[in-house]
Parts: sequence; C-alpha cells; structure tokens
Amino acid sequence: MSEATSSPLISLDRVGKTYASGIMALGGVSAEIAQGSFVSLVGPSGCGKSTLLRILAGLISADSGAVAWPATGARPAELGFVFQEATLMPWASVFDNVWLPLKLKGRSREQAHERVMSALSRVSLADFADAFPRELSGGMRMRVSIARALVTEPPLLLMDEPFAALDEFTRETLDDDLLALWHAQAWTVVFVTHSIYEAVYLSQRVLVMGARPGRIVADVKIDAPAERGRDFRESHLYIDQCAAISAKLREAS
Amino acid sequence: MTDSRFQTRFWRIALPLLVGVAVLLVWQGAVTAFDVPSFVLPAPTLIAESLVANFGSLMGSLVVTLRVTIAAFLLASIGGVALAILFVQNRAVETALFPYAIILQVTPVVAIAPLILIWVGFDQVELALLILAWIVAFFPVLSNSVLGLRSVDHNLADLFRLYGASRLQTLIELQLPAALPYILAGMKISGGLALIGAVVAEFVAGSGASTGLAWRIVEAGNRLDIPKMFAALFLLSLLGIAIFFLLSLVEYLLLRRWHESVIRREG
Ligand SMILES: Nc1ncnc2c1ncn2[C@@H]1O[C@H](COP(=O)(O)OP(=O)(O)OP(=O)(O)O)[C@@H](O)[C@H]1O
Ligand SMILES: [Mg+2]
Repeated sequence: MSEATSSPLISLDRVGKTYASGIMALGGVSAEIAQGSFVSLVGPSGCGKSTLLRILAGLISADSGAVAWPATGARPAELGFVFQEATLMPWASVFDNVWLPLKLKGRSREQAHERVMSALSRVSLADFADAFPRELSGGMRMRVSIARALVTEPPLLLMDEPFAALDEFTRETLDDDLLALWHAQAWTVVFVTHSIYEAVYLSQRVLVMGARPGRIVADVKIDAPAERGRDFRESHLYIDQCAAISAKLREAS
Repeated sequence: MTDSRFQTRFWRIALPLLVGVAVLLVWQGAVTAFDVPSFVLPAPTLIAESLVANFGSLMGSLVVTLRVTIAAFLLASIGGVALAILFVQNRAVETALFPYAIILQVTPVVAIAPLILIWVGFDQVELALLILAWIVAFFPVLSNSVLGLRSVDHNLADLFRLYGASRLQTLIELQLPAALPYILAGMKISGGLALIGAVVAEFVAGSGASTGLAWRIVEAGNRLDIPKMFAALFLLSLLGIAIFFLLSLVEYLLLRRWHESVIRREG
C-alpha cells in the first residue's frame, strides 16, 4: 500500500468533545486514516465511537483539537453515512429513498434513474424499487440505506454499526458485499462495530477505543489474505487476531 | 382468509345499521303504543314526512351550513398548517404568537359570537359565522401540525443536513411528509369542530338573518314544529357523519402505503 508515502485522508489531532450535559465523550483522540483504507473502530458502549464518526461527518464539531484533511484539503463534499438503524423515509418508495441525495442536488428522477438503479443492483434490491420500507425485512432495509449512501459514489463512507441489528447470516452476507464494493471502488471506509469478529474480518486496521474519557488505546494492523472469505473466517490467523484485540479491549476497561 | 375478511367488513357496516333499524322500530312502536304526542316525541315516520314536506327549505339551509363549515374548515386547515410552519421555522414567532392562539382556543365561541356579529355587521352574518367556525376549528390543526413538524426522526434530519438540503427542501421533503399523519389527525378533529362552530354561531346570531340548519331548528322550535326540528337535527348528524367519513377516507388514501395507523396487519 502507498499508505506511508502519500498524505492521509483524515488526520485527527487530540480531538476532544464534551457534551453540554458535561459528559466528556472524547478526551483527545489522535489518529491518521489513509486514503482508500478500511478502518474499524471498536470499543465498549459509550466510549465515543458514534461521537467520533459524527465529528468526521461534520454533523457536530470537536471542541478541542483539530480534524484535518491533508490529502484533499477539506472534508469531501460527497460522503456517505450509514446509521445504525436504516433511517429510511417511510413515506417514500425504495427508489425515492435512494434517489434522495441526488434529488437534493437537483437531479430529476430521469437523470438519477440509472445511478439509483445501479446502486440498488449492487445491494441486490433492483426488484424492490417500488416497494415501501415497511414491506421489507430488516436486512433489506439496511441494504437500501447502504444503496442510498453509495448512490453519490462517495470517496468516504462512514458507517455506524450498520449491521448490528441483523442476524449473523445476513450480517456475514452484507460484510462480504461491503468488502466486494470496497475492492471495486477504492473508497475510504470508517466502520464502527461492536463486533471484534466483524472488525477483523473487514478491516485493514482496527482502532480499539477505551471509555471515560473516549480515547484510542490500540491501533492494530490486520494481517489477511487479499481475498477474504469463509476460509479466512475459519483460519487461525483470523481467530488469533480476534483474540489479541479482545485482550486489548479487556486491558482498556 | 379473504372470505373472513369480507365477513368482518360486512358486519362492520351491517351491525350498526341493524342497531339503527332496531332503535327506529322500538321508537315507532313505543310512540304508537303509548300514544306519545308528536310535540314531545314525534314518530320516525312523522319526521320523515316532515323531511319530505320541507325538503326545499331544509336543503337550502343544509347548503348554507355546509358552505360555512367547508369554508371554515379549509381556512382553518390552511391557516393552521401555514402558521405551524412559521412557528417551526422561527422560535421567536412561536414564542410571540402561541399564547394568543391558546387564548383564541380557550375563549368560548358563544361568548365572542355577539361581538364578532356586531363587528362584522348583521348584513354579513355568513361572514361572521365563518369567522366563528374558523376560530373553533383552527387550533387542532395548528397544534397537531406543530407537533408533527417537530416529530422528525433526528437521524433523518442529520441525513438531510449531511446532503446539504436547503430549509425549503427539508420542509418539503422531510418535515411535511413526516407531519402528514399529525396534520390529518388535526384536520379530522377540525372538520367536526367547524360544523359545531357553524351551528353554535348561528344559534347565537339567531335573528333569522342567517338561514342555516341551526336557524331552522330555532325557528321550528319557536313554532313547536317538533318533527321539523328532528328533521333538521337528522340532517345535521348526517352532515357530521359525512364529514368524518370523508376525512377518514382521505387519511386512509394518503397514508395506506406507509403509516402504521392505517396499515392492516396480516393474521
Ligand atoms: N447528544 C448527546 N448529548 C449528551 N451526551 C451524549 C450525546 N451523545 C452521546 N453522549 C454521551 O457521550 C458518550 C459517548 O457516546 P457515543 O454515542 O459516542 O458512544 P458509542 O461509543 O457510540 O456507544 P455505543 O456503542 O453504545 O453506540 C456517552 O457517554 C453518551 O452518554
Ligand atoms: Mg454509537
């Protein structure tokens, strides 16, 4: 990888955030995230993972430290954000939900049609374009929400426990879909998860966070074959790295 | 499955109708058996006769009442939603005006009716009725709309922010659709209240300057024409029921694909 040579996409320098309630959600987080990399954040509940992701997205601002974008100069105008819940508009069809980001930029239904349908095909939901969210299963809704994040072809994808509410089987399928997409598009993905297994399976790097105050306690490079799949999930290499991260998490708390 | 669904739907209509028919029969029977004088309680057949005999004047009055009710309802709906949008866009406007909306709501319409009548003038009674009915019907739409516009899912609101939506886009694409079920619930209440407002206002106006159904009731009462009173009352109830069903139908048609309140669950 060109990680060492080119400047990182995101550079966090002692980023801190204290909410109005007085809770210090982040107490000085420093990290660099390379362009095109897949990085996971894991950590106990309440350690500030969502807070960090929302700062990266620009939804809230840090109150100390600095967030810089050395590679691009500024936060990419197009970024995809996937929430823990599907967060779809219940009154709009699947097509209209995925169309939304383009619609807000002034693209008509016709102009957006091709991109919306291709985003839906990527998550295998092209046949459900006219369905309403409530007519879909939880996993399908999540896939619509991913299609919506993909439709603008964002160079940066931020995902906050996107698969947490799903069963193991659906989750593994979506993990594989996500990896395939990432390989195809060379996006930067920051992925928050509760699951160490999922983090190790997906990522090039796992940032382990500790709570009170939220901080990064370990930065683990994941060693994996180019093609990850069943074999990797069942390999010693995989299990050992999961165990190592699990130990780091226990140390932190 | 479909068979039993059809049966439930059938009974939902048939059962209340049967009750109605039974009540009418008992009523008719009792009035005949005990020889109740028609100025105390007229028999249903007598009411029907009166309805037919006075059909022209009663229909004319129905149209007047209907006109006031619909106009008041539409103005209340449009005004309520518009003011709610203003409140949600600007806190200062809400802080400044909301107390007055409440004052308007808690003041009994009977108490302000004479004042409004004098202000508007007895030569424009229908306008006065309209204003009074509007005052009564306005608040439910306003308060429900404000609640609905504020009940937007926070994550969806963040999403709109993330994609750089303008205020107008957020209003049209997010806030109004999210508020729609609340707005419709408010309108359903307002539809009934507009009719009540129109009738009460007319009772107060009372001079015969207006010719709505309420006036027919007063007039028939003064002449002790009890069957005609019942006939007018019957038309009023019918009107109220029609308004309710029409608004329920609109609600159903607008929400059936997505809102939990009108979705029929399997099983
Ligand atoms: N809007 C808010 N106002 C006040 N405090 C907040 C807010 N959001 C989060 N917090 C607090 O900040 C801390 C970090 O929250 P955050 O949601 O970032 O944790 P998390 O790591 O995402 O947790 P989880 O894994 O449970 O989602 C928590 O202690 C929480 O109580
Ligand atoms: Mg979280």
